[in-house]
Amino acid sequence: MERKIRVLVAKPGLDGHDRGAKIVARALRDAGMEVIYTGLHQTADMIVETAIQEDVDVVGLSLLSGAHMTLFVDVAKLLKKKGLGDVLIVGGGIIPEEDVPKLKKEGISAVFGPGTHCDDIVKFIQKKVKK
Amino acid sequence: MKDLVSKVLKGDSRSIARLITLAENNDPIATKAMKDIHPHTGSAHVIGITGVMGSGKSTLICELTQLYRKHGKTVGIIAIDPTSPFSGGALLGDRVRMMELAMDDGVFIRSMGTRGMLGGLTSSVYDVVEILDACGKDIVIVETVGVGQAEVDVIKIADTTLVIVVPGLGDSIQTLKAGVMEIADIYVVNKADRSGVEQTVAEVESLVDITCSEKERKTPVLSTIAKQGKGIDELLKEINKHKNHLQKTKEFDKQRRLRYEAELVEIIKKRLMNFIFDESTFKEKIESLLDQISKKQIDPYTAADKILSKILK
Repeated sequence: MERKIRVLVAKPGLDGHDRGAKIVARALRDAGMEVIYTGLHQTADMIVETAIQEDVDVVGLSLLSGAHMTLFVDVAKLLKKKGLGDVLIVGGGIIPEEDVPKLKKEGISAVFGPGTHCDDIVKFIQKKVKK
Repeated sequence: MKDLVSKVLKGDSRSIARLITLAENNDPIATKAMKDIHPHTGSAHVIGITGVMGSGKSTLICELTQLYRKHGKTVGIIAIDPTSPFSGGALLGDRVRMMELAMDDGVFIRSMGTRGMLGGLTSSVYDVVEILDACGKDIVIVETVGVGQAEVDVIKIADTTLVIVVPGLGDSIQTLKAGVMEIADIYVVNKADRSGVEQTVAEVESLVDITCSEKERKTPVLSTIAKQGKGIDELLKEINKHKNHLQKTKEFDKQRRLRYEAELVEIIKKRLMNFIFDESTFKEKIESLLDQISKKQIDPYTAADKILSKILK
């Protein structure tokens, strides 16, 4: 039986710009994935609890407020703490180049900034999530 | 596997979530696990909530769940959204309206795609209801996809079915039509702050007058403004009243039997279809029959007879 890739698309923090997250969510949907969209203003705890209940393979975080070094890392740490270390984490939004290596070190596997093609995100996830 | 089931029965979220995924994917592990789950089911009150898209089902569920929590009840929620017939993907967005519940450990929410099933549900929903029931949830709420007129499968699974309508979707003829408007145990006119609500309530009430005149129990018609939490107390009272009614009239057992029948049919259907369409021996046969049908050498009924005669011996 076919197994579907399940992705949680979440917006941590306080910025209200969800257009990018919605476009990515739609692109993943069109690539045959099941996308759980939770809306704005999520805390790290909420995101991780949702990831557990929805049994997702991927958590996608979108953030444009500049708090990514705190919030992305919080989510990554909490996922690991709750035993979800095998969940793929990807991020997007306005993330300065110099922060990307630091985020990767903390467990965020890829950062997709403005101008990224949705196809590239789809391919990355498909490749990384073991069937 | 035994370990997984015992963790589910203890209410471990990760194990519950994992077993649901296995059931959704028709994994043989889930089939085995469900055999051990079944004896632990039967105590949850299963509430089905259906209505057109945008009628406020998710918001209403959020409010209702918060009230159940105040009464000390634990709640499992299955929120179903449509799977794309083109890509097989789905955007499951019901959680957006249930954010207040995200950190409550007495609430477990699972979003599901329909995965090809019509009727407003998804084929593994029976398993998921049993899993949430067995792990100790007092209430299990099933939210259907946004329905049109004919998606009525929710009555097969729910003890109590709520049909949500909103003002402004047509005249009294719409309420007289067959299908969704026949299945309610309770009608909820949501978004009651909108204009036209009196008319909608009156139309649904007159529908009830026509259909329930001979029956003992008259289907209640309530109005709510889910977004402001208005009317939820009364709704919960009516739901409990309906449950008491089911228990008093022995309808409860009948309803459950109906659910098991639907589940049994679903399992047999699934297995038969897999058997016929996934087995290589049948594949060739089907291909050749399709050729013959296309060339008008044979009709589809005769072709079906030929396939079925191989298994119905």
